[in-house]
Amino acid sequence: MSLAALDITPNYYLVVGALLFTIGAVGLLLRRNVLVMFMCVELMLNAANLTFVTFSRALNDIGGQVIVFFTLVVAAAEVAVGLAIIVAIFRRRRGATADDVRLLKG
Amino acid sequence: MDARDLLDLVWIVPALPALGAAILLLFGRRLGEPKAGWLATGLMALSFAWSVVMLLALRDISASGPAARTHTVDLFTWFPTGGLQVKMGFLADPLSITFILFVTGVGTLIHVYSVGYMHGDENFGRFFAFMNLFCASMLVLVLGSSFLVTFLGWEGVGLCSYLLVSFWFQRNSAAVAGKKAFVTTRVGDFGFMVAMFLIFAELGSLDYSAMNAGAGKLAAGTATAIALLLFLGAVGKSAQIPLHVWLPDAMEGPTPVSALIHAATMVTAGVFLVARANPFFEASGGSALTVVSIIGAATALLAATVALIQVDIKRVLAYSTISQLGFMFLALGVRAYAAAIFLVVTHAFYKATLFLGAGSVIHGSADNQDMRTMGGLRKYMPLTALGFIVAWLAIAGVPPFAGFWAKDEVLSRAYFAGDYGVWIVGVVAAAMTAFYMTRAVWLVFFGNERFEAAEPAAEAEEHGFSLESPTVPAYVPPKPARLTHPPHESPPTMTLPILALAGLAAVGGLLSLPFGGIEFLSDWLHPTFERVPEIDVTSFVAAAILSVISVIVALVGLAIALSLYRDGIPTPEGDPLPERLGVAGRLFQHAYYFDEIIANVVRGPVTRGAEWLNRGFDLGIIDGAVNGVATLVRDSGGRLRRVQTGLVRNYALAVVVGAVAIIVFLAVRAG
Repeated sequence: MSLAALDITPNYYLVVGALLFTIGAVGLLLRRNVLVMFMCVELMLNAANLTFVTFSRALNDIGGQVIVFFTLVVAAAEVAVGLAIIVAIFRRRRGATADDVRLLKG
Repeated sequence: MDARDLLDLVWIVPALPALGAAILLLFGRRLGEPKAGWLATGLMALSFAWSVVMLLALRDISASGPAARTHTVDLFTWFPTGGLQVKMGFLADPLSITFILFVTGVGTLIHVYSVGYMHGDENFGRFFAFMNLFCASMLVLVLGSSFLVTFLGWEGVGLCSYLLVSFWFQRNSAAVAGKKAFVTTRVGDFGFMVAMFLIFAELGSLDYSAMNAGAGKLAAGTATAIALLLFLGAVGKSAQIPLHVWLPDAMEGPTPVSALIHAATMVTAGVFLVARANPFFEASGGSALTVVSIIGAATALLAATVALIQVDIKRVLAYSTISQLGFMFLALGVRAYAAAIFLVVTHAFYKATLFLGAGSVIHGSADNQDMRTMGGLRKYMPLTALGFIVAWLAIAGVPPFAGFWAKDEVLSRAYFAGDYGVWIVGVVAAAMTAFYMTRAVWLVFFGNERFEAAEPAAEAEEHGFSLESPTVPAYVPPKPARLTHPPHESPPTMTLPILALAGLAAVGGLLSLPFGGIEFLSDWLHPTFERVPEIDVTSFVAAAILSVISVIVALVGLAIALSLYRDGIPTPEGDPLPERLGVAGRLFQHAYYFDEIIANVVRGPVTRGAEWLNRGFDLGIIDGAVNGVATLVRDSGGRLRRVQTGLVRNYALAVVVGAVAIIVFLAVRAG
C-alpha cells in the first residue's frame, strides 16, 4: 500500500485539530507557568485555525480561510499584550507562576 | 363683549393679588415703604373693580332665568391621572361672586389701613406680600370649580395665616401662636381630604357640577359621612368647638391681619364650604345638618360667655368672632343658607371695623391692649370712636344697623325651622354679645381715664400652647408701658378705612331686609341653594314678634353692661365682673380649659400612642423591611464573592465548563 493510495480525508485534519485543542485546553488548566499557559492558548487558536481551513477545503468555501486571517491578526495582538503582561510580572517577581498573581479576588 | 366671554376672565380676580404677592416677595424690600403697600393696595382695588364687573356680567347672563346664573371656566388641566382629570377651573355663581366682592372690598380697605398701621416696620414689603397672597388664596378658595381647587386655596389660606400670625416671629408667643393656628386647622384639613377621597370614590369626580348632579343619589349614610368630614374641615378653619383654640392666640399677629382673618378671609371659608357643599348635607337626610346646628349653637354660646370676661381688647373680638361664626353655622344647620351668607357679609363689615378700630386704639396708646387701662378715649380719638361705636351697635343687634337684620334673620329661621332649643341658645348668646361689646366700648371709649394709672412695663408673660411647655396659664395681656403722652388719633390712612367700613356696617342690612320685597341677597343666592327645601315662614306677625324679641334681647344685654360700666371702673383691677360671676367667671377666664384639656390629651395618650407606633410600626416594620433587604443583599453577596478566587486557572476552568455546557446543550437540542 503506497502512500499515494492512502486517502487523506478531512476527518484526519479534524481529529488532529481536536487533539491539538484538547492538549491546549488541558495544558491551560493544569500548568502553572504563565508562559506555558500562553503557548497553550496559542495551540488552541491554531487548532481552531486548522479546523477552519479543513472545512474551507472540504466545503469549497473561501470564507473559512478569511476567518483564519482574522484569527491570526487577533492572535498577534494578543501575543503583544500577553507578552507585555508576562514581562511586567517577571520584573516584579522572579518567576512567572499564575497562582502567585491572585490579588484580585473577592 | 358677551357677558359669558367676560366671565371667562374671572381668573383675573385672584391673579391680581397673586401677582402683587410675587412682585413684593421678589422686590418688596427694594420698593420699600410706602410704595410696596400702595402697590398691594392698588392691585386689591383693581381686583375689587374686576369683581364688580364680574357681578354685572353674572347679572347679565341671568336675564335668561336665575337657573342659568352659573358659569364655569376651565383654564387648563391641572393634572391628568387616569380616572382623575383635575381641571384648574373657576366657577362664577352667585355664592362665589358674593364672596369675592366682600373679600376684595373689605380686603382693599384693610390694605389701606395697613399702610398706616405697619408704618416703620422693617419688613413692610414682606407683610404686604403675605397679605396679597392671603387674599389671592381666599379668592381661589371661593372661586374654585372643584373641591380640589378650593382645597388649593384652603391650604394657601392656612399657610398665609401661619406666616402672618407669626409675622413678628422674634416674639416667642407669636411664633407659637402661628404654629398653633397651622396645626389646629390641619386637624380639620384632614377631614376635608378624607371627604374628597370619599367623594371621588363615590362620584368619580371632584367637580362641583358632579356634586350637584350626583349627591342626591348617594346613600344617606355615605352622604352623611362626606358631609361630616367636610364639616370637620370647616370646624378647623372656622374655629368652631373644639378646634377654636387657635383663633384667640392668632391675636399675636398684627391687627390688620386679625381683621383680615376674621372679616374677609380664612374663618369664613368654613361657612363657604358648608354652603357650597349643601347637596351633601341635604342628601344626608338632615342628620349632618343637626350636628352643624348643635356645634354652631354651642360655639355661639360658649365663646360669648368667654368673651364676657376678657380684658384684652383683641381677645374680646376674637371670642366674639368665634361666637358669630357659631351663629353662621347655626344658620347653616337650620338650612338658612342665605341667612348665613348674609351674616357672613355683614359680619365682615362690622368685625373689620371693630378690629381696625381696636388696632387704631392700640396704635394710639403705645401698644396697650388691656381695656382695664384705657377709658375715655373718645376724646382723644373721635374718628376711631365713631367707627367703633357704629360697629358696636351693629354687632349688638340694634336696629337699623346691619347686624340686627342678619342676626334676626338667622334666629327667626331657626325658630321657624322648629329648632327651639337652638333658637333659645342663639337668643341667649345674642344677649351676651350685646353685653360684652357694650362692656368693651365703655371700658375703652367712655368712663374714667385710667391710662395714666398703667403699671410700669413688666416682662410680658409668655402664653399660648406648645408641647415644650404644655401647661397653659390663664391669658394675661402684656403689661403696657406707662404712657408718656396722651393717646392720639391715628393717621387718615387708618381712620378712613374704619369710617368706610363703619358706613357699610350701618347700612349693610339693606342687602336683605326681610320685608318689602328687597331680599336682594336671598333672591340672588337662590340658584346656588335651589335644592334646599323652602322653610315656610308662617306669618308676618310671628316674624315681627321675633324681631321685637331680638331687639329686646339686645337692649337687655346693653342695659346690664351699662349698669355695671356706666362710670368705668375705679382702678384697673376693679372690674366687678369676675367677682359677680364667681366660679363661672374662672371657667370663662380659662376659656373652659380647652387649651389645658387639649394639652393634656396631646401630652398623655397621643404622645404615648405616637411612641408606641414609633417603636412597633416605624422601627419594627418600616425600618425592619428596609434593613432586612439590606441585610439579605449583604449576606448573599458575602457568600457569592468567594467565587472570585483570583486564580486564573479557575476562571479558565469556568470558561471551559461553560463552553462544554453550551455545546452539550446545542447538541442535545439538535439531536
